Amino acid sequence: MSTRLAAGGRLLDRAKPVHFTFNGKRFTGVEGDTLASALLANDQMLMGRSFKYHRPRGVVASGAEEPNALVGLGQGARFEPNQRATTTELFDGLTAQSQNHWPSLEFDIGAVNAKLSRFLPAGFYYKTFIAPRPFWKHVYEPIIRQSAGLGKAPKEGDADRYEHFYAFTDVLVIGGGVAGLTAALAAAQSGAQVMVLEQTAHWGGRAPVDGGTVAGQEVSAHVDALVAELSGMDNVRLRLRCMGSGVYDHGYVLGYERLTDHQPEAGGPRHRLWRIRAKQVVTATGAIERPLSFAGNDIPGVMLASAVRDYVVNWAISPGDRTVVVTNNDDAYRTAIALKQAGLEVAAIVDPRPEAGGALTQQARDLGIRVEQGRAVAKVMGAKRVTGVAICPHAGEGAALETIDCDAVAMSGGWSPVVHLWSHCGGKLIWDEAQAHFRPDAERAPTGHDGLPFVTVAGSANGEMGLASGLADACAAGLKAAAAAGFDGTATAPEAEAPEEAPLLPVWLMPQGAGPALRMKAWLDFQNDVKVSDVQLAAQEGFESVEHAKRYTTLGMATDQGKLSNINGLAVLSQSLNTTIPQVGTTTFRPPYTPISMGAIAGEARGETFQPLRRTPMHGWHEKAGAYWEPVGHWRRPYCYPRDGETHAQAVEREINQTRKAVGLLDASTLGKIVVKGPDAGKFLDMLYTNMMSTLKPGRCRYGLMCSENGFLMDDGVVARWDEDTFLCHTTTGGAERIHAHMEEWLQTEWWDWKVYVANVTEQYAQIAVVGPRAREVLEQLGATGMDSQTFPFMAWEDRTVAGIGARIYRISFSGELSYEIAVPASQGLALWEALHKAGAGHGVMAYGTEALHVMRAEKGFIMIGDETDGTVIPQDLGLGWAISKKKTDYLGKRAQQRTHMTDPTRWKLVGLETVDGSVLPDGAYAVADGTNANGQVATQGRVTSTYHSPTLGRGIAMGLVLHGPDRMGEVIEFGKVDGSRVAARIVDPVFFDKDGEKQNV
Amino acid sequence: MSEPVTALNGATYAGVARIAELPRRGMITIRGSQESAALVAAVGAASGGLDMPGPGEAVIAADRMLGWMSPDELLLMLPPAEVAGALAALAEGMAGEHYLAVEVTDARALFSISGEGAVAREVLARLAPVDLSPAAFGPGNFRRTRLAQVPAAFWMLEDGSFELMCFRSVAAYVFGLLCTAGEGDAVGHY
Repeated sequence: MSTRLAAGGRLLDRAKPVHFTFNGKRFTGVEGDTLASALLANDQMLMGRSFKYHRPRGVVASGAEEPNALVGLGQGARFEPNQRATTTELFDGLTAQSQNHWPSLEFDIGAVNAKLSRFLPAGFYYKTFIAPRPFWKHVYEPIIRQSAGLGKAPKEGDADRYEHFYAFTDVLVIGGGVAGLTAALAAAQSGAQVMVLEQTAHWGGRAPVDGGTVAGQEVSAHVDALVAELSGMDNVRLRLRCMGSGVYDHGYVLGYERLTDHQPEAGGPRHRLWRIRAKQVVTATGAIERPLSFAGNDIPGVMLASAVRDYVVNWAISPGDRTVVVTNNDDAYRTAIALKQAGLEVAAIVDPRPEAGGALTQQARDLGIRVEQGRAVAKVMGAKRVTGVAICPHAGEGAALETIDCDAVAMSGGWSPVVHLWSHCGGKLIWDEAQAHFRPDAERAPTGHDGLPFVTVAGSANGEMGLASGLADACAAGLKAAAAAGFDGTATAPEAEAPEEAPLLPVWLMPQGAGPALRMKAWLDFQNDVKVSDVQLAAQEGFESVEHAKRYTTLGMATDQGKLSNINGLAVLSQSLNTTIPQVGTTTFRPPYTPISMGAIAGEARGETFQPLRRTPMHGWHEKAGAYWEPVGHWRRPYCYPRDGETHAQAVEREINQTRKAVGLLDASTLGKIVVKGPDAGKFLDMLYTNMMSTLKPGRCRYGLMCSENGFLMDDGVVARWDEDTFLCHTTTGGAERIHAHMEEWLQTEWWDWKVYVANVTEQYAQIAVVGPRAREVLEQLGATGMDSQTFPFMAWEDRTVAGIGARIYRISFSGELSYEIAVPASQGLALWEALHKAGAGHGVMAYGTEALHVMRAEKGFIMIGDETDGTVIPQDLGLGWAISKKKTDYLGKRAQQRTHMTDPTRWKLVGLETVDGSVLPDGAYAVADGTNANGQVATQGRVTSTYHSPTLGRGIAMGLVLHGPDRMGEVIEFGKVDGSRVAARIVDPVFFDKDGEKQNV
Repeated sequence: MSEPVTALNGATYAGVARIAELPRRGMITIRGSQESAALVAAVGAASGGLDMPGPGEAVIAADRMLGWMSPDELLLMLPPAEVAGALAALAEGMAGEHYLAVEVTDARALFSISGEGAVAREVLARLAPVDLSPAAFGPGNFRRTRLAQVPAAFWMLEDGSFELMCFRSVAAYVFGLLCTAGEGDAVGHY
């Protein structure tokens, strides 16, 4: 069993007990524990079930690379799935649930999959459930979803707060181990601003556990001294519990700081996402130990040798009374020595190397530990817990020589540098034959905007595994990064001593000749249940590319992204393909390094600040009036203002009738307003609009169409000429920013020598449309003079004082009624709006919303950008030829509109549509034609672009694009409805109401 | 003319940081070549004698300010009552020259952000991709940038507090951002 040792525990404060629950059961740990170490202290080795076969799984690692010990953490609004017990700091009241088990962790029904495992190889799902096709969606997938999957999704909104923070630094060091700290010091001494991120709660990384001496003192004391020195420097920022998550272009790095995961009641944001711009990045991310692939290597009690050592030294955990160490390298001998020194028994060290050993081997022998050379583990015995190992010659096929009783196995297949952050932004790797791992290739570093490297790697992350060589490398890396950031300095690494190590023996399968039965039990990816046999099968079935083999087998696709399985998997693949490991290559390393919370990504973007919501100066009034909102871009516009008991349709009808009969008010403030000024302004607008704008007289307005250079209609609006040099261009509500940018782009890139300046003044003005036969009376009542048609005709603008407010009034109409759009400074908007309501009270004035606006414009046959246009429609399709100047030699889109496809007479053209029975056509409905198309679908000859019930006409009206439409006036065609029935509609003129414009011209 | 109304009626918030919507200020967007002697002179006359700011800077006096918006754009702030006069002065000084000057007083909302020590810096560093370290951003620095999802500009005053402007329509959103970021919990980065 696993227990807490009586003494020791580098990170523990035994005076402070901490209570927590796991699967509802109460446990006690001490301060400094991780959830994993506390569970081990309570003999809870079994921590989860695997993904596919539901095999019992115990913790295998001690850090971020842990694939097995995943738990659902917290409850309710603080529940989070897939949290690694090894990186979860223990706190009082922590609640954890193991995952992927039913009905219980101890007894799991899904484990029957394990019995069937020989029938569930790689690609099983693809092969088995491919037919019949509809079964996948309706039968197979729902069932498979039930039995597969790791954590459960949280059901409540997240109770915590998150934030972002933007930081800038000369040198960013990722990793606060002894290498990272050394690099940071060298860079800081050169004068650079330095930031150091460490993902755990402690500085020093593995060094204090692995031992050695630096400058004559214990390495742990050296770490303390380094931290003290760095803390005292003004140009250094140190961050614990902050993981370097990803390295991106131009020195952009994301840091993921976990502020209150270890103290949830502390208040403040839970996570902080650091968005860092660094001139230079040093990755001192250390190395991860590899498992060995032998049968039963996933049985609880089999752990990485380094993890066993961590648990003993850091948290005073005895993983078992008797441990067998199995290793192909010298480093794991440290584990045997640590166990022995803690008073535990090491049953044997099984070492496949025929003859091994440097100083550490000798030290183990001197401690009386049995060392078996040239031997391998044939298989591990046990189910929910290791009970022993069978030993065999490594060179053979697995015939057991003897069985050794034990309750823990510490394995080591060598070390792989953590190259993830180096690789995120394009850093390349080389295969190091001697150490059997990929390490960064300094010649092919990630490069920045200047083509020069911006990432340097330090220490064991660079394949410098020894203490002395690691420190020297780190010191050089710090200097190099500082110099590249513009700070030259000198520093020398302190002298360090650690035992000499003998070379490792690459071992990708143990024993070397293991047969199918053993290979089927030799796990590569613990989390996704991928075994040696699966990768071999993938190779056999022709998945030669590592990226394909990965997807076929799901190797490395779990939440740990293959931190333990990657190298072992591709080594097996390369052997199966009879090629070399560098030939096979690695899969792609992508950020984040370990999963980061969704909350941290969202930052402040939640609740009220999820998205900007744009409000006009009258927004509050609309809200009080009970407006039903319509989102238009980021604006909210009133769709209608329903009164007591009214449906929206009733409200819209009331608003239209009032406006047509007397007077209505529209908040038009959202329309874009762009000032265009300069001697070349007219020439510029002639290019932007399809019609002629330069001939417009000051004081007058003109409607214009704007096309993209591909000829398609992109915006429309009324242009007013303010003076000789100055125009005001109205755009659609959603178009203001887009059209402003469009103008700037042409002025800055193509017509940079034209004398034109533009300014977006949309928000300077509140704009109110006063619409209806009584509009003039209402304005005159508010003191506006000279409003008669003689002085102030249609399509003119005038400056007037309305309700004591200086206003610019545009006499333009989108409804067909007598209509004035009154622009006043935004700070006066509400005052004018309220004054208009008061003045119009005698006429029953009321506000109308966007739907009334839409219906009234449709009654008049006016097009709407986004309804009649969809990015494929040109003005000629819409019968807007009158708005296309024949005189101009050029305008944006002219050439495109001359292409054969654009002049094709079979392009669908705009017409009005009236249902024969007076009903409202469904929006977007297609007009059916005879016959079928190439896909066997009913042929079409048109579609509805706008459709409404017109209260003015008392029937359904619509606009649509129809084949040869304008030539087919009076013809009745049929439109398909969703229920399969059809509705007949007559092709008519799109202007349904007051074709001569008598109402607007009064 | 009614009493002019700002977007949030002078809303305030006091957390660790203090956030307040500021009263209206006259604002004029000026576009023109900053190389032009005529423009420099006209802007000087219109602004009551403010010097031209360098890139990323604002020239700040008691009740007025001239901020650098882009190589061909300046922002002049001054008491609202002086806007018409300033526009006239610009028109006079730039007669026959190519330029644009337009009032944008009501197109914006203004906020102040203050607090002890580095609090105000940290509020903005949570929202804007700007180096707000004392070495990089001090009094007189002016930055046109974004605040979370919307455009904004801010500048630092002599006392270490900031003023910020955004478009009027998103004033409530920006106030919400600043309050959230001003709740407290020092980052301790500066």
